[in-house]
Amino acid sequence: MPFFRFTFLVSLLLLLTACGSEQNDPYPRAERGQNILYSAFTERPKHLDPVQSYTEDEITFTAQIYEPPLQYHYLKRPYTLIPLTSDAVPTPRYYDDRGRELPATAPAEAIAHSVYEIRLRPGIRYQPHPAFASDAAGQPLYRNLDREQLRGIEKIADFRATASRELVADDYIYEIKRLAHPRLHSPIFGMMAERIVGLRELGAALQTEAKRLPADAWIDLDRFALSGVTRVDRHTYRITLRGKYPQFVYWLAMPFFAPVPREVDRFYHQPGMAAKNLTLDWYPVGTGPFMLTQNNPNSRMVLERNPNFHGETYPCLGDPEDQADGLLADCGKTLPFIDQAVFSREKESIPYWNKFLQGYYDASGISSDSFDQAVRLGVGGDVQLSDEMRGKGIRLLTSVRASIFYMGFNMLDPVVGSLAEAQTKLRQALSIAIDQEEFISIFMNGRGIAAHGPLPPGIFGYVEGEAGINPVVYDWVDGQVRRKPLEVAKKLLTEAGWPNGRQASTGEPLVLNLDTTGGGMGDKSRLDWLTRQFAKLDIQLVVRSTDFNRFQEKVRKGAVQLYYLGWNADYPDPENFLFLLASREGKVAKGGENASNYANPAFDQLFERMKNLESEGPRGVERLAIIRQAVALLQHDAPWIYGFHPTSYTLSHVWLKNRKPTEVGHNTLKYQRIDVAERQRLRQEWNRPVLWPLAAIAVLLLAMLLPAALGYRRRERSTARG
Amino acid sequence: MLAYLIRRLLYAVPILIGVNLITFALFFVVNTPDDMARMQLGVKRVTPEAIERWKAERGYDKPLFINPAATGSAVFTDTIFFAKSARMFAADFGRAEDGRDIAREIVSRMGPSLAIALPTFILGLLVTVSFALLLTFFRASYLDFWGVVLCVAMMSISGLFYIIGGQYLVSKIWRLVPISGYGGGLDAWKFLILPVLIGVLSGIGSSTRWYRTIFLEEIAKDYVRTARAKGLAEAAVLFRHVLQNALIPILTGVVVVIPLLFMGSLLTESFFGIPGLGSYTIDAINAQDFAVVRAMVFIGSVLYIVGLILTDLSYTLVDPRIRFH
Repeated sequence: MPFFRFTFLVSLLLLLTACGSEQNDPYPRAERGQNILYSAFTERPKHLDPVQSYTEDEITFTAQIYEPPLQYHYLKRPYTLIPLTSDAVPTPRYYDDRGRELPATAPAEAIAHSVYEIRLRPGIRYQPHPAFASDAAGQPLYRNLDREQLRGIEKIADFRATASRELVADDYIYEIKRLAHPRLHSPIFGMMAERIVGLRELGAALQTEAKRLPADAWIDLDRFALSGVTRVDRHTYRITLRGKYPQFVYWLAMPFFAPVPREVDRFYHQPGMAAKNLTLDWYPVGTGPFMLTQNNPNSRMVLERNPNFHGETYPCLGDPEDQADGLLADCGKTLPFIDQAVFSREKESIPYWNKFLQGYYDASGISSDSFDQAVRLGVGGDVQLSDEMRGKGIRLLTSVRASIFYMGFNMLDPVVGSLAEAQTKLRQALSIAIDQEEFISIFMNGRGIAAHGPLPPGIFGYVEGEAGINPVVYDWVDGQVRRKPLEVAKKLLTEAGWPNGRQASTGEPLVLNLDTTGGGMGDKSRLDWLTRQFAKLDIQLVVRSTDFNRFQEKVRKGAVQLYYLGWNADYPDPENFLFLLASREGKVAKGGENASNYANPAFDQLFERMKNLESEGPRGVERLAIIRQAVALLQHDAPWIYGFHPTSYTLSHVWLKNRKPTEVGHNTLKYQRIDVAERQRLRQEWNRPVLWPLAAIAVLLLAMLLPAALGYRRRERSTARG
Repeated sequence: MLAYLIRRLLYAVPILIGVNLITFALFFVVNTPDDMARMQLGVKRVTPEAIERWKAERGYDKPLFINPAATGSAVFTDTIFFAKSARMFAADFGRAEDGRDIAREIVSRMGPSLAIALPTFILGLLVTVSFALLLTFFRASYLDFWGVVLCVAMMSISGLFYIIGGQYLVSKIWRLVPISGYGGGLDAWKFLILPVLIGVLSGIGSSTRWYRTIFLEEIAKDYVRTARAKGLAEAAVLFRHVLQNALIPILTGVVVVIPLLFMGSLLTESFFGIPGLGSYTIDAINAQDFAVVRAMVFIGSVLYIVGLILTDLSYTLVDPRIRFH
């Protein structure tokens, strides 16, 4: 009988499967005992070309492959820039509009140009790649390939010959020119075109050229000049910016400013390459510690140690607690520690979590599904690992993210907007009434801290303790921060002209509209909670849920009253948060990032002064004072209800060493170390197969089939008389 | 037969145009070209100029259906609809909005999808048909009753429960196979065995009941009584006579599905981390990648039409009375 045979075969197969240990190991047997780090990714990276890559899903890979001139110190906090391929963090030189050099202390208005000279360390070499291979005559081996020659070549590894060459200044210049390439759509082109001298003009020239050439044709960027970026010598280049822009050094730590060799770009633009996904967007080429050797973003991506990596050593200095955490134990050792990093795609959180518990991922975040299994919240709100996690030796790493989530008011709205006293008091009242601490506790499992202003912890200008509280919303009582009582909010509401949530003159109820995305089942409880917060002041909240596109459109047009948004830092500088409220970034007027359309000349003035000052040295004190004034102004004006700064929780197994959470530096893979023997031992211990259920299933199936078999036999043997 | 096939294929052309039109209209009711540009370029620091450039480069700066600025046939051809749809009839799916070749992606994802769908389909068919025949054999007995109860219970359980329960028991508690993942070559079987088993198990309830009904209807017919009267064993009656004559309704439901096996299963692939075609469309919808959405809908329609034609053809194989003219 087919069913019986099928069941028997399946049981046999399962029994065979179960012979031996770690039958649930998702990795090839050959990888056991290898120095490989295992991780997962949820969203497939869209772009691996450094000129386009901007999201976290992408930078996880690009940051290990590409090397911009600067990087963040792995251990020091606040985040500190240090050289990566350059010999030093560049100090800008300032010039006036006549080309005369100005001192570093010159006022920003006097500075016409800032010049950054970046000197590269010689001897840095690229990963092996066919684009560098040459023939006996020194000519590129894989140049002018036609479709016939590409037959049989499906991936980069199919090119037999590879070579390398030294990193030079021209490679960085080439990449900066690529920012203006019209077909690459770099997200920072618009912003950088305002800063880098000549970039906008280059963009226009390339646009004309792109229209002239066929769609896939290569544009030789070396034929186009970029006046603001010049080569000084083989290892040195200069970038000239308009005016003063101290935050530019942070951009020099991002892959946007990583090197791209001209011959690599030329190589990938040969006919037939793009149709085989042989593009820089798919196979990056860099000087970093790792190179991408397998790129199947639907399933598995593999980074392997770059044999040409220039060598770097593990840091010996860090924060005081790093010593105790064992983060300085590898001081001075050569990086990277691991040979390979395997990233598997996990779209669902349940398999991801269970594989982590089985030891098949070295680290994991904590999803809301598994939060109770992983973490216990103490009476005082302290976070502890559950007994199960501690039993496995798992460690919990937490860090407050350089992000803010907020509810914004549209300052163009006649009811909640404007800087008039009545509207300001209404916004202040709402800021008090919406209990962010409760929100964090209920909806985020405590994974966040209430925001007192736009700046998250770890960013220059953020102040802890009494001095840092938002005095409009909080009081400092007995050494603790405490939200103001609801009576204060009601009083403010009355002063705003809305006693008990009704307009004093007409008695009309106050109805406010919140525009938000989603609105599905998962959001219902959150929105119900929010409605109750408004109801505390007798204000009716109308939730207008819509899809993300319509929501964005409404925000762009200023057709919202209240909205929810968030911001993740590009770089750890207060300018990257405060600019969200500068009037020159007004969403409706300028199409910028100031979605609240907040415009306060006093704030603008402070912002302009602050952004042109450095955080270090004597100017740092002045800058801090300005930031505090600006933040106080924002707290008073309350264009946002400052929501929360999320806290990221990461779990790591005992065998994973040197892991420190970081929010802005992403090239962290080179610092990770694996105790391979320990991992293998624990994996074996945790993954012994359980065989008895197979036997039980077989017996059960037999028990079910036996009556059928007996019945069949009886019927077949019975006669018409029975 | 050939004339019939040609006629059916010609019928397919207006159907495909209609499907394309509906897909296009539905997609652009929800998403504008500006939305697509913003999704591809990201939400941070995107300038209006960048959006215009992106649209112009990909041909999304044209009118949707009718171009009033054009003359002659260009009124219809110089539009997004025509430019994006016409090439598909030549099986040229172009590139996804992120620049990757769609045909290549489909080919690479088809293998993993089939690796799950085909064994699930074949095993599922064998198991359910056998089980249904067994229940038919024991019709009106306790075995039949409890078999039907079991089927009703099994079909009442959500497919997601089978997946999560299967992963929990077999992979987490018993630690027999990996929870998720995919490997090429010989490594593939250890990743496939659980999703295939779950796929078969979750389909037993509904399919068995359906086949049982067909068999019961068939078994009451005169030719079955004649076969029994000839002295044939019940197994021979069931497998040789009842099964063969019940094939037409079975084929109606089964053959049409065969081409669609290529399209994969969204839920199974997602939970088991199988890089198949099942999740490709959903990923594309989430990413507002119209190029992929229209290609997948188009391929789905073509496969469905092929399935229907194959179903018709299969009738001629199992029923000699049916011939096409």
